[in-house]
Amino acid sequence: MTKKQKKMLLRILMAAALMLVLYFARKAFGQQVREPVWLCLYLIPYLTVGYDILLKAGKGIKNRQVFDENFLMAVATIGAIAIALMENSGDYTEAIAVMLFYQVGELFQSYAVGKSRKSISALMDIRPDYANVEADGELKKVDPDEVEIGTVIVVKPGEKIPIDSVVLEGVSALDTSALTGESIPKEVRPGDEIISGCINLSGLLRLRTIKEFGESTVSKILDMVENATSRKARSEAFISRFARVYTPVVCCSALALAILPPLFFLLLGQAPDWGDWIYRALTFLVISCPCALVISIPLSFFAGIGGASREGVLVKGSNYLEALSKTQMVAFDKTGTMTLGVFEVNGMHHSSMDNERLLELAAHAESFSTHPIARSIQKAYLEGAVFRDDGESAERKAEPSGRKLDKARVSQVREIGGNGLVARVDGLQLAIGNARLMESLGISYVDCRQVGTVVHIAVDGAYAGHLLISDRIKPTAKEAIRALRAAGVKRTVMLTGDADGVGRAVAEEIGIDEVRAGLLPGEKVTAVEELLAKKTERSVLLFVGDGINDAPVLTRADVGIAMGALGSDAAIEAADVVLMDDDPKKIALAIRIARKCMRIVHENIGLAIGVKLVCLALGAAGLANMWLAIFADVGVMVLAVLNAIRALFTKNLR
Amino acid sequence: MKKSYKIEVDCANCANKMEVAAKKTPGVKDATVNFMALKMNVEFEEGVDPKAVMQDVRKNCKKVEDDCEIEL
Repeated sequence: MTKKQKKMLLRILMAAALMLVLYFARKAFGQQVREPVWLCLYLIPYLTVGYDILLKAGKGIKNRQVFDENFLMAVATIGAIAIALMENSGDYTEAIAVMLFYQVGELFQSYAVGKSRKSISALMDIRPDYANVEADGELKKVDPDEVEIGTVIVVKPGEKIPIDSVVLEGVSALDTSALTGESIPKEVRPGDEIISGCINLSGLLRLRTIKEFGESTVSKILDMVENATSRKARSEAFISRFARVYTPVVCCSALALAILPPLFFLLLGQAPDWGDWIYRALTFLVISCPCALVISIPLSFFAGIGGASREGVLVKGSNYLEALSKTQMVAFDKTGTMTLGVFEVNGMHHSSMDNERLLELAAHAESFSTHPIARSIQKAYLEGAVFRDDGESAERKAEPSGRKLDKARVSQVREIGGNGLVARVDGLQLAIGNARLMESLGISYVDCRQVGTVVHIAVDGAYAGHLLISDRIKPTAKEAIRALRAAGVKRTVMLTGDADGVGRAVAEEIGIDEVRAGLLPGEKVTAVEELLAKKTERSVLLFVGDGINDAPVLTRADVGIAMGALGSDAAIEAADVVLMDDDPKKIALAIRIARKCMRIVHENIGLAIGVKLVCLALGAAGLANMWLAIFADVGVMVLAVLNAIRALFTKNLR
Repeated sequence: MKKSYKIEVDCANCANKMEVAAKKTPGVKDATVNFMALKMNVEFEEGVDPKAVMQDVRKNCKKVEDDCEIEL
């Protein structure tokens, strides 16, 4: 609690105690003390708890800002005291209680908001305080803002990486969980690029910075999260408009309620009963504060965005959270989104010799080539690829295999015009290339049933098998599509620049409904526009891309999600939602978080407006007194705030 | 030109009022108040001095909500 809140709490407790004492004192000695004395005594707790409200109300009138809640509370309570005086009932407790509960509500609100503000900012506690700059062999702590590009910095275990850098020396594991929600530490070694905001876990790292602090990942993310709630959702805008209209309308109704019915009765020649109607009008005023709404709706969105960012889902604004919750159609990019986007040797089929030996020969034969296909064969060998019995490649081990390409073993390399090459390796005559190469050499080959680039190998003129080089589908892709369906997505479409066969195979494998293949980047925009034209007004089309070459499509879709986009400025710029790691399962998670948040928002709107309307009706009918009114007002606010905080919790959505 | 200022305000409705007041101030093109982050983002019209404009913004905000503060 802050000092201000503690002071308020003390005032409330004192006023409550005084009020109780007076209540019992009056029961005991009611007749022995004269009425004006009682009034003065009761004014002590009233002023203790409410003096600031009265002062603010006065200032409001001076500044011509009449319709604020301070004014309303002042009028309602002073009115209640006046009625008690007029009717000589001596019931001042009501006025004090109304003021008391109003202040309790305000206190709770400021406490709850402060608390959730703190816990959400703690989630985003990734701002580095300093960087250790190496100068003359000594380390100096410097403000990250002052570090120039290319400076050598040192990060000790336990410290945050202050600026995006490349590793010069040291091996360590990085905790990226604050950025990506991924709990497994990431191994880094010299030459790796690392992003700011991660925590260095084990070893000392010497880094060279590659960006300024302001351009580093951590600054970008903080900027985005801090500004997220500035983009208001429709329901939020609705609430602030509603609040602006609600209070004046209720005040005018209160005035009408105080004047019109008594006048009506007067005209009919009956007793006007002014006191009763004015009391009903004052009850109206107590209910007229829209606090529950104006506080709980932004708080729900704030908590929702905070909860999402803890899961590694950055939402750029409340409006996008609202849109996400209405998602019915999702379009995907293929490469880099559903697949890993790296071309790898993923299988070795029909080999006539030991798989590993054949790979060794092929890698050596290709060792002079820089073609991407040749590179992926070299890489497979160098990384120690192993194949399972069915020829599919098994998971690779992370540690270096120790293998080397010995170019001295290779001779007589001859490229054959775009079809492949022939070479001698270890005294064996190798031919490596596509089907056309095999045909031109008169070697019969076996075609591959799987999708990808097939590289046939012949040794000493006899067919020795083929390598399958393909992009690998992300391990969670299939599950991600299933999760999307479970989250209510009706249609999934894959947009890809790849050939039809490749696209279709991937879509089938992971369960996507529809494929549009062979699209140039510009045609992807057209495809998205076609999908947008077909969907209904209220549903939302999501586009998910890796963010590198999809920027125009990301901006065109209702909501653009960029994946694994850390470090790609263009993607962070263009996307509305950024997934910090590249797990496609996070798409469904983002939708679920958005749905939960919107459900809470709607619950709160319904609860707050509903209870207020019921209380207004009861108040007008004379069935509700001021006690009920203030309980309804504060109670609804407390409930709505507690409900809003629920949006922060995302564990059960995973 | 856009600038961001730290603010102090206690209730969400007051933050709304500050936003309206800031928007009405001459020299301000657009303003948003982020109650949760306690920040005010102000977009100024071209050729105005942000410092002078912000003094007016502060004055106007004080008028609608006595309890608020803008860190200039």
